[in-house]
Amino acid sequence: MYPADLRYDREHEWVRLDGDVATIGITDYAQDQLGEVVYVDLPSVGDEVVAGDSFGEIESVKSVSELFSPVSGEIVEVNDALADAPELVNSSPYEDGWMIKVRVADPAIALDGLMTADEYESFIAEEA
Amino acid sequence: MRFVPVTCEQRERMLAVIGVRSVDELFAPIPAQARLDRPIALPDGLSEVELAAELEALSNENASGLVSFAGAGCYDHYVPAIVDAVLSKPAFFTAYTPYQPEVSQGTLQAIYEYQSMVCALTGMDVANASVYDGATALTEAALMAARVTKRHRVVVSETVHPEWREVLRTYARGGTIEVVEAPARDGVTDPDALRELAEGAAAVLVASPNFFGCVEDVRLACTRAHEAGALAVVAANPIMLGVMEAPGALGADIVVGEGQPLGNPMSFGGPGLGLFAARSEFLRQMPGRIVGRTVDVEGRPGFVLTMQTREQHIRREKATSNICSNHSLNALAAAVYLSAVGARGLAGIARACIAKAHYLHDALVATGRFERFSDAPFAHEFALRYDGDVQAMREALLDRGYVAGVDAGGFDDRLAGVVIFAVTEKRTKAQIDAFVKEVASL
Repeated sequence: MYPADLRYDREHEWVRLDGDVATIGITDYAQDQLGEVVYVDLPSVGDEVVAGDSFGEIESVKSVSELFSPVSGEIVEVNDALADAPELVNSSPYEDGWMIKVRVADPAIALDGLMTADEYESFIAEEA
Repeated sequence: MRFVPVTCEQRERMLAVIGVRSVDELFAPIPAQARLDRPIALPDGLSEVELAAELEALSNENASGLVSFAGAGCYDHYVPAIVDAVLSKPAFFTAYTPYQPEVSQGTLQAIYEYQSMVCALTGMDVANASVYDGATALTEAALMAARVTKRHRVVVSETVHPEWREVLRTYARGGTIEVVEAPARDGVTDPDALRELAEGAAAVLVASPNFFGCVEDVRLACTRAHEAGALAVVAANPIMLGVMEAPGALGADIVVGEGQPLGNPMSFGGPGLGLFAARSEFLRQMPGRIVGRTVDVEGRPGFVLTMQTREQHIRREKATSNICSNHSLNALAAAVYLSAVGARGLAGIARACIAKAHYLHDALVATGRFERFSDAPFAHEFALRYDGDVQAMREALLDRGYVAGVDAGGFDDRLAGVVIFAVTEKRTKAQIDAFVKEVASL
């Protein structure tokens, strides 16, 4: 149900590591809980993010939530498409709806402490 | 809804539930010296007849029927009868926050119409439901520019109303912004100084017409702001927007103003009406309430408070401002006024104000007692230097039934001897001629 090539955190963000660049978005479960996404407030390229800290916020017709970074590093790219089409987060949470790309210091340990797809699925089952 | 305080029976029941015998016993834990041990010093109640007489006596102490040439932020315009007629409808006159759209469609639509009119006047995309007054609107614009640009310093022109700048500095004491003033030259903002000061600033704030009534080069000020990556904030007089170019067409990012001239009485200087409008790209950074038009499940149009995530009742720590209410009734007055006079009517009113102001200006200069303060073009307000004691002149004319302008020296020592006169469409040629004669005779 959840892509096996990704890692997950308890705030429902996913990470895809490619070399030393981590792409971050929110999970299908998270977008479903939020409902129709109307706005995503993202940081700027060059900003530093720290694992566990907020890097932006996401607003749906129902509520507004913080976005937390699962990794630390420098932002090298943000998904500008979300400015005009925030609904991509709903329709394509793992692909077109990605949010930021972060260059991590050490790819070997960047994903430490994050959940696998199976672990995340169990985590959600407990939450629900 | 009943607004009846508790009855004796209810009080007894509550005391019984708590398990105390009396109110005194309830308050026993509070130290005696902290408790009121005497009746509150209020006079006895009055009958309706006595009360009416009392209030009439109080109101008779006010100077009324004066012919006013004072403005400086509060103007003596005519208020059409329809304004109070609509305002006094009970459904509008009650102070109620329209959070429940299903029971507030009338209020919401009225605010929506007001917002639309503010957008049309200012040349902006979105307006809020109003804030406390013009000075607050200017300050909120400065704070918003700091949020948008992620910069800290704002540049305000010295030609902006001194009290507005004071409110700005008061907010700045909280540390969110730093205020720098751009000097004036010949009654308008010095454009060369602006170029230097705007560098690295969050916003450039100018007013046109400014405190002295002078028309500023708004386009140039906006250009200076944008060259430096700052937002351009323009304070405008809504009546003058009947003939002056909308600030939005001149490059403004945020337009603010005091809306009192639109159908609101001078009322001893308050309550005012803070106009606030911006470009749509800054919508999520705007303070205050915003009403939007939508459709219900059956496709019928309806109105709601929208974009509420910016407001403090949703997420206090993320709120764009601590403004949680608006001057709804004043905003309604403005909307009714604008509906009544229409675009052509507003332009006519503005033209009448400007023509009469220029007539008074020339007549006062011709008395030989006044000197021009600035060579810049002015609208319906202007500053002159008086060759005598300003306070004595104003007091002498007050005795003769005139409010002889505003003493600029009262705001700023550097402006000692400068008087600011405003003329509205209410002033007749006969009144102006008589006033000039009185001034010349001093």
